[in-house]
Amino acid sequence: MTKLWHNAAPVLTILALLMALWYGAAVALNAAWAKDKAARADTLLTFSELVSDTMSQEKPLLPAPHQVVKEIYKTTVLKKVTSKRSLIWHGWITLSATLLGFAFGTTLGILLAVGIVYSRAMDMSVMPWVITSQTIPILAVAPMIIVVLNAVGVSGLLPKAIISMYLSFFPVVVGMVKGLRAPDQMQLDQMRTWNASKSTSFWKLRLPRSMPYLFASLKIGIAASLVGAIVGELPTGAVAGLGARLLAGSYYGQTIQIWSALICAAILAASLVAIIGMIEKVTLRKMGMLP
Amino acid sequence: MSDAVISAKNLSLTFQTNDGPVHALKDINLDINKGDFVSFIGPSGCGKTTFLRCIADLETPTGGSITVNGMSAAEARMKRAYGYVFQAAGLYPWRTVGGNIRLPLEIMGYDKAEQAKRVTDVLELVELSGFENKFPWQLSGGMQQRASIARALAFNADILLMDEPFGALDEIVRDHLNEQLLKLWARTEKTIGFVTHSIPEAVFLSTKIVVMSPRPGRIADVIESTLPRERTLDIRESQEFIDIAHRVREGLRAGHAYD
Repeated sequence: MTKLWHNAAPVLTILALLMALWYGAAVALNAAWAKDKAARADTLLTFSELVSDTMSQEKPLLPAPHQVVKEIYKTTVLKKVTSKRSLIWHGWITLSATLLGFAFGTTLGILLAVGIVYSRAMDMSVMPWVITSQTIPILAVAPMIIVVLNAVGVSGLLPKAIISMYLSFFPVVVGMVKGLRAPDQMQLDQMRTWNASKSTSFWKLRLPRSMPYLFASLKIGIAASLVGAIVGELPTGAVAGLGARLLAGSYYGQTIQIWSALICAAILAASLVAIIGMIEKVTLRKMGMLP
Repeated sequence: MSDAVISAKNLSLTFQTNDGPVHALKDINLDINKGDFVSFIGPSGCGKTTFLRCIADLETPTGGSITVNGMSAAEARMKRAYGYVFQAAGLYPWRTVGGNIRLPLEIMGYDKAEQAKRVTDVLELVELSGFENKFPWQLSGGMQQRASIARALAFNADILLMDEPFGALDEIVRDHLNEQLLKLWARTEKTIGFVTHSIPEAVFLSTKIVVMSPRPGRIADVIESTLPRERTLDIRESQEFIDIAHRVREGLRAGHAYD
């Protein structure tokens, strides 16, 4: 129990601090609108009236935390998951694109890394393109991918997954190239003394050696994947998904809706990274690489 | 040709570097007979490790010839003629001690039963029985190096090449491992090539001591040890031991090792 408290205390302290900051900022930012309303109604607000007004506006500049929590509660627990107003429904749509894109990106990343490590031509030619691909703003590329794929009859999940892949393959390539090259010269010489083939060295030495690098990459990759899925939902005209909620919210000035979608996306990202972290721990412990 | 297992004739190796050619080895002539324990000693840069790597086909000589078991070094490597022990144990952290020793056996296609038997055998040989399921990080440095020797012995090659295997260990552990190594050598009757920079270690272990000198790397002296094959650490106090150590030191001095 004391150990739990020991671990939780710093986290809770920071959380409390953030909440205080958030409430303070909400009061400060929303005060102007509250005063405006009061001036038009020709009344004077006391301080406590002012504060309570800043926390209960319908379209505040910055919604207070409890407003966001209430909105999230309303759109998750109180709505059926099949409803188009359910954040769970929207979240699932984003999540499915994220996971598919993550799977594509991881596969592509590992394949490219293997090619780069084993082929000198690929080593010289591919890496600059991989880096270039990430310097182009995804916001510029995403609509083109959606439009081009739509023109050839592909729409829905796949285009979003491809945008996710576009963002998530990069950390995997970089991490796996480093991981597959992690064995030192001595270990490679040793394989040579046993007259081991290239594929044997790959499966027995390079691949297991790269596992810690892979997991580090996957954690970045899955978060990038989620960003990709959300970005991919923006140019489709706000049909469905967390990205659509963000866009629809900003069309109509529904700041509470924007913030609740944002918080949900953040929770989703944190959970995904945490799940990868758990798989990492279990795998590395099983491999004997963690004490 | 007697029963030379390893035979080098006018062996040379020149590395091309940005600062011009470096003569790592120049005109090395040496025969190593079956069952010999040969130590290579000399200052750094004398080519002792390079010579061992030439035997193992990890370096390609630029001149002369070398045969291992009557074949070229490359053919011998492909026939897995030798086990090689590196300076660092280099055990895979994701494999247990047993798994590490099994690694070359898996690569060479031994069946499961044979693998298990050999792992048990070599672990007993290096006195690590009972550690099969431990991970490398659970072992001390000396034990890790013993596991790496077991791994080199697992596929029962006749030749054992060791490149400063105990260089990173403290002297007490080193003395103990040296004694163990001699016992192991007596039991297995292997031919051993052993690189070291310790004079007492070379004299204590070897039947033949090859003293080398740098720039270019060449053989300064070859000393046939007169010590009996069976030795204990006490032998280091004997006059004979001191005389051989003195001759090694003379050889090093003649090769300008002390300049």
